[in-house]
This record gives sequence, structure tokens and C-alpha cells, in this order.
Amino acid sequence: MASNTIANRIALSQRRGSANLIWAFVERQTNLWKRYWAWELVWLVYGVVNTLAITFIAKEAEQAGITQNASSLVLFLLLGTLVWAYLSAVLDDISLVITWERWEGTIEHTLMAPVPRSLHLIGMCVFGILHAIVRTLLIFLIALPFFNVGLGQADWVSAAAVIAVGSISVAGLGILTGVLPLLYPERGTQMSFMLQAIVLLVSGVYYSVDVLPPWLRVFSYISPATYLLDGIRGAIIDGQGFAGVWDELLILAGIGVVLVPGSIAVFAVAERYARKTGQLKRQG
Amino acid sequence: MNEMPVQARNISKYFGGDPLGQGLSRARRLLPWGRQANGKGGPVQVLHDVSFDIYPGEIFGLIGANGSGKSTLIRILSTLLLPDGGDVHVFGLNAVRESGKVRSLINRVSADPSFFRNMSALENLLFFGRVYGVSPSDIRRKVPQILGRLGFEEERALEPMSHLSRGQQQKVAVARSFLTSPILMLLDEPTTGLDPRSKRDVQAFIRQVQQEHGATILLTTHDMEEAEILCDRISFIAGGRIVAEGTPLELRSRVARGRPVEQITMETVFMELTGKSIDEDEMPAEVLVNG
Repeated sequence: MASNTIANRIALSQRRGSANLIWAFVERQTNLWKRYWAWELVWLVYGVVNTLAITFIAKEAEQAGITQNASSLVLFLLLGTLVWAYLSAVLDDISLVITWERWEGTIEHTLMAPVPRSLHLIGMCVFGILHAIVRTLLIFLIALPFFNVGLGQADWVSAAAVIAVGSISVAGLGILTGVLPLLYPERGTQMSFMLQAIVLLVSGVYYSVDVLPPWLRVFSYISPATYLLDGIRGAIIDGQGFAGVWDELLILAGIGVVLVPGSIAVFAVAERYARKTGQLKRQG
Repeated sequence: MNEMPVQARNISKYFGGDPLGQGLSRARRLLPWGRQANGKGGPVQVLHDVSFDIYPGEIFGLIGANGSGKSTLIRILSTLLLPDGGDVHVFGLNAVRESGKVRSLINRVSADPSFFRNMSALENLLFFGRVYGVSPSDIRRKVPQILGRLGFEEERALEPMSHLSRGQQQKVAVARSFLTSPILMLLDEPTTGLDPRSKRDVQAFIRQVQQEHGATILLTTHDMEEAEILCDRISFIAGGRIVAEGTPLELRSRVARGRPVEQITMETVFMELTGKSIDEDEMPAEVLVNG
């Protein structure tokens, strides 16, 4: 084998387009999504039922005379459940990057492929965001007729900007939680679900973070979900344009800039540890 | 660039001795119910100063019983496992420090086909081809050719992997690895569990591809007949140590002691050189570590 053949192979491998490699993971996850359509249906039904069940609490509050402004509370809770459906779908898809491979038994073949881990993770993030958008839109369209909410004041462009910028920082969080199944093959998935539950608690999904005890509220300041929810509610309930959600956009962008490369770096360290201890293999 | 496909020098590997695991094990052993069944908690050495070379274009066989360290070595060469001592070079590239470059030169078939079970064979091959930089159009063109040579019915490539038999899945696994035209192929018991017909198809394909493309192949197996049919040189591994190495004829000659070499089976050679039967499983590292 001539030396230049080997050098050519390496050079060719390094010239492959990043977009192609990222898209390979998006395409694979889409194929899996189609094959596991029954699961998708289960999650869709669960998402709709969850959204309805929580939003009906606002109706009950009005009936019981707890609030006079039920439509505002309905929209507050509806947006909370929808944004949480979106965030949890993104976090699940990304944080299960390793769990999914272990479960299918493909972990060794996927991780020994000559793909930079950053592109692998970005591919999973792109799919996670697209998947979450489709699922959340469906939940929104199915749940909307149940409630008489006015959306005339909503500024959809700034809401979309908040979702776009916020998704990047949430993707960073997903990569970070994905490290746990890498380090702890048996308990890591449960640990990442636990972290998601903490994000749910502190981010003001169903209530304002102002109601949290001060020591717990501290965590809401570092959760990107807090700013994403504030921005979405500002854009849709209060009709705020870019100027109104600028602070949230800046903070979300700042968190994303730190969290995404930071999480990829942490993932790389964890992967090296897993290679050292022999954990990059299928379980069961 | 060095043209030697594999140079392994004094590779050692321990399991169960990592800092996080050790800390947890120590804490667990303080509890009365946390003591390990075999009383062991420290690291277990699964490879002991293993050294070997694989020459360009050869099929090199690594023969040993289950648990002897074959798969650990393959995983080190696949860049999925880091050795605790020694050096591994693949075409002159350090498999630890230059793992990204090494990965673009190798591919692997393992005993377990390892696919996305609900995706079709073609969808799996499209993904695994793309991550090695093969274009979708090239994959669609090559897949029928490779599967055809392996005796796999082309129309079944559209069925979910879970609908295929073990033998058919393994043929798709072989196709996956050769699709990327690796110049070093790691075959980890590629025919284990296959029916005789599928076994012959896979063995013929391996030999054919090696002759046509000059790829270098590392084959691990505990099937002596397969080793004799396919391998140019063989290394016996037992207890994580290389105990003998040579061509099949050289190995036979070492134990002949006046007997005609053609009358000596490789099972006999293995038993005389390692003191063990090839069918005698060794204790896997996980069992030694966890009790």
C-alpha cells in the first residue's frame, strides 16, 4: 500500500463537508422516527392530554372565583405546557444520544466512525429541534380549539426569534445531560431525566419564578428555559417586539455561546474517560 | 508515512481500576452488603504486554478462547478503548493520539451485527456509508453489488433488519464494512453463529476482497478451520498474552516432534502451545472485576 494512498484517504476524509456529516445524523434519526411512529403517536397524545389537563386548571380557577382574568391565565399555562413540550422533546432527543445507541447496539460502530464528535452532536441537535417543532406545533393546533384565547396581539416574529436563539442554549443543556449516560451506562438516563425535572421546577413553566423561595430562585437565573419562557410569553401574551424581548435574546445568546462549546468539550472529556474504562459498548 | 498496517508494542489493559469506579467500589465495600462476591475490587489485567505486527495485505488471525482478550485488542485498534500501557500504531499513526485519522482507514465487523433494528438494511447502509464520506448515490450503486456477492437477495435490503435472519444480518454487517473500502479491516468473529452456507459465503467474500483490493485484515476467531482457510499468519492468545505466532505450517512444525505436520490439527497445536482447549472459556474481565 503506497504511503500516498494512506495520506490521500486521510485527506479525503478531512475534506468531507461538515453539512453532509451533520445531515447523515438528521436523516438517520428521521428514518428511526418514521419506523417508531407508534411511539411518536403516544408522545403526541401524552403531550395533548398534558397540555389540556394543565390549562384546564385556569378554567377551574375562574369558576372557583380565584381569578377574574382567566383568559390571561389560560394563555400563560398553555404557553408554559407548549414550551415545556418543546424543551423536553429537544432535551430528550439530544440527551439520549448515547442511550439510544446502546439500546440499538450500534454504539461501537457509530462512535468509531470518522466523524468529529462536535458534528455528531450538532446533527443530533438539529434533528431534536426540528422534531420538537413539528411535535409542539401539532400539540398546539390540537389543543387550541379547546380554549377561547385571543392571539391577535402576538408578535410571532419575535416569538420565533426567541425560540431560535433559545433552542441553541437548550441544545447545549441537552448535550451536557447526554454526558451522564456516557459516564453511567445503567443510571445515566434516569440522572438526565432528573436534571430535566429540576429545569422544570426552577424555570417558571407553570408559575412565575417569583413564587419560588429565594434559594431556589437562584437556579432559575442560570436556566435558559427561564429566559425562553419569559421571551415567548412577552412576545405572545404582551405582543412585545424585538425591543421588548431584547434582554431575553441577549441572555439566551450568551448562555448558548458558553454552553454549546462548553458542553461539547465536557462530552469529549467524558468520552475519553469512557474509552479508558471500556464503557463504549452495548449493554445487555 | 509508515506502511505497516499494525504495530502493537507491549499493550496492557486493566479493567475495574478507574478512579471514579475505584472510589465508588471503596465506598461500597464499607457497607456489609456491598462486598464483592469474589473479594476482589482492584483492577484486573486483561492484556499483558501484547506485541505483534501485521504486514501489508495479509490476513492475520488472532486465535483464542472466549475471554482471552481478542475483542479487547480489537476494541483498542478500533479506537474505542484506550490501552493502559504500550503503543499501537496503524499505518504509522498513533491509535490514541491520532484516532480521528486512524478511524478513516479502518472498519470492523463484530460477532454481533449491531444495526438499527427497525431501519431497513439500505437505510442502515446509507447512514454508515455517509458517516465514512461515501455519497448516497455511490452507496445505492455499490450496495446491490456487494450484497449480491454475499448471496443476499437485493429486494430484502428494504426490509427492517429485525425481519432478517442472523446470517442475513451478518452479511449486511460485512457489506457495511466493505462499503467504505477500508485499508485495514478488523473482523471480530465475523462468522460466529452463522449457518454453514452463510459462513462459506462470508469467508469466500473476505478472501476475494482481500485479493482484489489488497486490504489488510485482522481476523479474530475461535474457529480453527476458518483460521486455517483464511489466515496467512496466526497468533495464539491466552490469558491476555500472546503465546505463539507464525504461519499455520510453522505453528504445526513447532509441536510436531517428528510427527507428519499434516496429521496435526490446529486444535492440537493450540492446546499444546497454550495448555488450554479453544473451547475452554476464560473468565471475562467483567466477571473478574464485579464478582
